[in-house]
Amino acid sequence: MAKLAKSPWLLHYDGSSCNGCDIEVLACTTPVYDIERFGIYNTGDPFQADILLITGGINSQSESVVKQIYSQMPEPKVVVAVGICACTGGVFKECYNIKGGVDTVIPVDVYVPGCAARPQAIIDGVVQALEILQKKRDDFEQKKKAGA
Amino acid sequence: MAERSVIPFGPQHPVLPEPVHLDLVCEDETVVEAVPSIGFVHRGLEKLVEQKDFKQYVYIAERVCGICSFGHGMGYCQAVEHVMNIEVPPRANYLRTIWMEMSRVHSHLLWLGLLADALGFESLFMQSWRLREKILDQFDEMTGGRVIFSVNCIGGVLKDLSDEQLKTLLKVIDEIEAELKPILRTFLQDYTVASRLRGLGVLSPDDAIAQGAVGPMLRASGVSYDARMTGYAAYGDLEMEPIISKDGDSYARCEVRLKELLQSFDLIRQAVAKIPAGPIAVPVKGNPNGEYFNRIEQPRGEAFYYVKGNGTKFLDRFRLRTPTTSNIPPMVSMLKGCQLADVPLLILTIDPCISCTER
Ligand code: SF4
Repeated sequence: MAKLAKSPWLLHYDGSSCNGCDIEVLACTTPVYDIERFGIYNTGDPFQADILLITGGINSQSESVVKQIYSQMPEPKVVVAVGICACTGGVFKECYNIKGGVDTVIPVDVYVPGCAARPQAIIDGVVQALEILQKKRDDFEQKKKAGA
Repeated sequence: MAERSVIPFGPQHPVLPEPVHLDLVCEDETVVEAVPSIGFVHRGLEKLVEQKDFKQYVYIAERVCGICSFGHGMGYCQAVEHVMNIEVPPRANYLRTIWMEMSRVHSHLLWLGLLADALGFESLFMQSWRLREKILDQFDEMTGGRVIFSVNCIGGVLKDLSDEQLKTLLKVIDEIEAELKPILRTFLQDYTVASRLRGLGVLSPDDAIAQGAVGPMLRASGVSYDARMTGYAAYGDLEMEPIISKDGDSYARCEVRLKELLQSFDLIRQAVAKIPAGPIAVPVKGNPNGEYFNRIEQPRGEAFYYVKGNGTKFLDRFRLRTPTTSNIPPMVSMLKGCQLADVPLLILTIDPCISCTER
């Protein structure tokens, strides 16, 4: 893992999960797993978040909310789909109200498997997200320079 | 009269781990009306019984909610077992009781943490969740899963516990109980916590019954009712009294949940002492034909499981009424007249589980 230049902030949203993955995401921010010790902070505000953790698949009502939250986050941003529901729809794939994974509405960068995803796997997903975030940041800077 | 304004609350909100939306009609800082709208996590689980056979559906039932996952699996299995006249072996019943009480401990600790977080008491939040990890480690060791561990099956359970594991469990319970003491003291005696919770969202016993409150909500209003007293699984062999409190305010609800933690430790100890030897599951033959209504006490209150079989391997209907569904009307009436700043706290004190409610 590359050295962190900045403290990335997380935002968590529950697409239509069963709570299993949600409480594991929360468990990552509390003692024992505690990603806050790396400077990764869990915020509740989309306007200040760099990484979006989504649990659960997308249904007709959460679709617009997810899109809105995604559009509110500043560039560059990374999306992590946590749990098999968020990746593909999982056990709920055949439900009448589930459209599928998160990538049916917004672009997803990292997929974390598991039902429920274990905290270790979620942290690994976040670490991968950090690298992608750094790359996006560099691209963003370069584009800005080229434009100026 | 002051001007009324409508303030939207949710679905994405820092204090809510789950999406729920409320339209709060406010006069200055006072809420005069709260209109909930739900459906953000509706998946349509009940209809899946038509596509998954009744044995596979156990895994779906366990994913109704990740917090009380074990209880949902157990409630569904018990209902199907009743329809099929299956006698579950006593050891399986005891194992179910032990896991159910462990789930209650983890759920209540989770709630206490979220409450502390809503109060802005960060260290108390972290302490509660640190304790909770010990129970999750036990689940991990016993079953291989932390929150969703799928050990229920129709006719019993899938995993047995060795004497060694039961002994370790008792040791861990002792540890948790010792470490819970200072947390308990802080919740019940700390001036800051009490000043936020006392007198907030009072629900009288009559209102609680009339509006259909269940679980700790109902017991905090002084009504002595607990579905565990009906004696399903191994609860009939164990000694327990419903835990009640008088005031019916948020403080009382917190107190009831804290004391239920101690009660759960006691029930686990009793169950481990009495657990009989024997098989953990019986073979299942045939398909369910008939209907049954089963109820169990989940950490959040009483839950109903209705199944209707038609003699094929696919059930006709599965219906689930969860505790949060029945706690929403009392919550809405509590919100009327409260201060805007207290809304998140009041919502939390019913211990909402949206994903159960909407399924
Ligand atoms: S992946 Fe499993 S645990 Fe996670 S939200 Fe979906 S059903 Fe629940």
